[in-house]
Amino acid sequence: MEKSRSELGQIIIGVARDPLGLMGLIIVGVIVFCAIFAYWIVPYDPIAMDIKSRLQGPSAAHLLGTDQLGRDTFSRVIAGGQVALKVALPAVFGAMAIGLTLGMIAGYGPKWLDNLLMLFFDTIRSFPTVMFALAVVALIGPSLQTVVFVVMATSIPTYGRVARTQTLTLRNSEFILAERSMGASMARILGVHMLPNIIGVLAVLAAMDIPTVIALEAGLSFLGLGVKPPTPSWGALLKDGYSLIRQTPWLVVGGGLPIILATLGFTFLGESLRDVVDPKLRKQR
Amino acid sequence: MLSFATRRFGLSLLILFVAVTVMFLMIRAVPGDPVQIMLGPRATPELQAQLTAALGLDQPIWKQLLIFYGNLLQGDLGTDVFSGRSVTDIVFQQLPFTLELIFASILWSASLGIALGAYAAAHPNTLIDRIAAAISVSFVAAPAFVVALLALLVFAVHLQWFPAIGAGEGFWDRLDHLVLPAFAIGLSWVGYIARLVRASMLEVMGESHVRTARAFGIAERRVVMVYALRIAILPVVTVIGVGMGFLLSSAVFAEIVFARPGLGKLVIDSITTRNYPIVMGSVLISTALFVVSTALADLINALLDPRARTAH
Repeated sequence: MEKSRSELGQIIIGVARDPLGLMGLIIVGVIVFCAIFAYWIVPYDPIAMDIKSRLQGPSAAHLLGTDQLGRDTFSRVIAGGQVALKVALPAVFGAMAIGLTLGMIAGYGPKWLDNLLMLFFDTIRSFPTVMFALAVVALIGPSLQTVVFVVMATSIPTYGRVARTQTLTLRNSEFILAERSMGASMARILGVHMLPNIIGVLAVLAAMDIPTVIALEAGLSFLGLGVKPPTPSWGALLKDGYSLIRQTPWLVVGGGLPIILATLGFTFLGESLRDVVDPKLRKQR
Repeated sequence: MLSFATRRFGLSLLILFVAVTVMFLMIRAVPGDPVQIMLGPRATPELQAQLTAALGLDQPIWKQLLIFYGNLLQGDLGTDVFSGRSVTDIVFQQLPFTLELIFASILWSASLGIALGAYAAAHPNTLIDRIAAAISVSFVAAPAFVVALLALLVFAVHLQWFPAIGAGEGFWDRLDHLVLPAFAIGLSWVGYIARLVRASMLEVMGESHVRTARAFGIAERRVVMVYALRIAILPVVTVIGVGMGFLLSSAVFAEIVFARPGLGKLVIDSITTRNYPIVMGSVLISTALFVVSTALADLINALLDPRARTAH
């Protein structure tokens, strides 16, 4: 445990030394901080209406102006970050956990199971993501859970395939063969010996995946098929902004910039993490 | 090569079959009577029975699936619940608009990306290379629908350089209507392709046929353009093929933002009216499109690089 902690420290130092990585670390840090402490930071209640001061431009009272119901855009942007992470983190970690398990089983288990799991992965991947999301939303109705489910389902194959490839390259290495000859169970070999060797690569993949997930949540909410109003979401802000684009530009700007910032931050962080954790991955993508 | 092609297309067909079956079963597994949802609470029992029979919902599930596949093989995707028109007609009427948008996006972004990547690789560590690298990383992450909205705000609403709505009529008008949506979809691809081409160029430039060309005294420009670039753009083909699903997804958003006709707009409109046959038809066609383009990319890759034939 002591060793892994210092390894984590080294990775963070490595990322912080890279200018792009440092920038990513700062942006992601700010977003996470705002999401955690959202309700202490926001100057107004993000869903409180104030019809008298609707559709205002930026001012000292309302940093990013107000929307058609007089709600403070800045407060909704901050609170929207919380919703974005509430969708992105469970979805990404859930997909990673399931993909990791299935991928390791595919790589280590019998051939027929491998073929079956690969067919399963390929089938999910064969749906264009947004089309799949739209079909699911059409069937089970829009909600935060639906978005999490869709994101999880569509990204399981990515993690599964990488975990499978890594397991395949490791399965005949000496330390695994030694363990197997001593009669270790499959669960023990995969959980205790494979996992620590694969998790790093998947963690990098997860960091690079978060922007896609944030964009998908915002996209679905923009279409009115994601989180329900009045929940503040960056996508919902864009939806309001789109219908009012000729009256006020501030809603589109307020909803769009945080998405771009968040995708940039997580991309920088992910790329830098990848270079630090495993420079060889660079060629694979 | 032929056996690889057969195997690859066999796999595609299998995937498509599983995907379509899953989709079909998913619709049937949804709680609630689809007929009731489609007709609303005030429908008479006779009307409900009529629609149930028309959609074949009174048959056992395996028989429904068989009928569905039988129709599908004849190019019949069912009928629109409201207008009674054939779903195949409706979907194929919208498809060209989406394809036009996707091709325009790929055309401009791939040309610019390849040029940038090739230039950066031929002049590594110069200012242009650095700028190209910065653009690559920054634009790769920009979600198409956010770019589309900001482009709409700046170039259509405020500057009024380009039209904000529709697909236009006549060649020049259509082109004019394509500029902003194609820009939004292609933007993130420019950097991605530039990066890809740069990396593969640098690799190819070190190979012996390029060194030989140089040793023969062929002009540097010719070496780069003819001997290196021709091979270095191969990965782009694969990436575009595999990226088809991504492009389709971006096109959905671009169509909504710019109120363009197309598959995406069709799906969204059908979801709000719960017109399941159309939703399924469009998802099916776009999935087929994606599966075929991925397989084609693999084939082209295998044709040009024999090593890819033995890989999974």
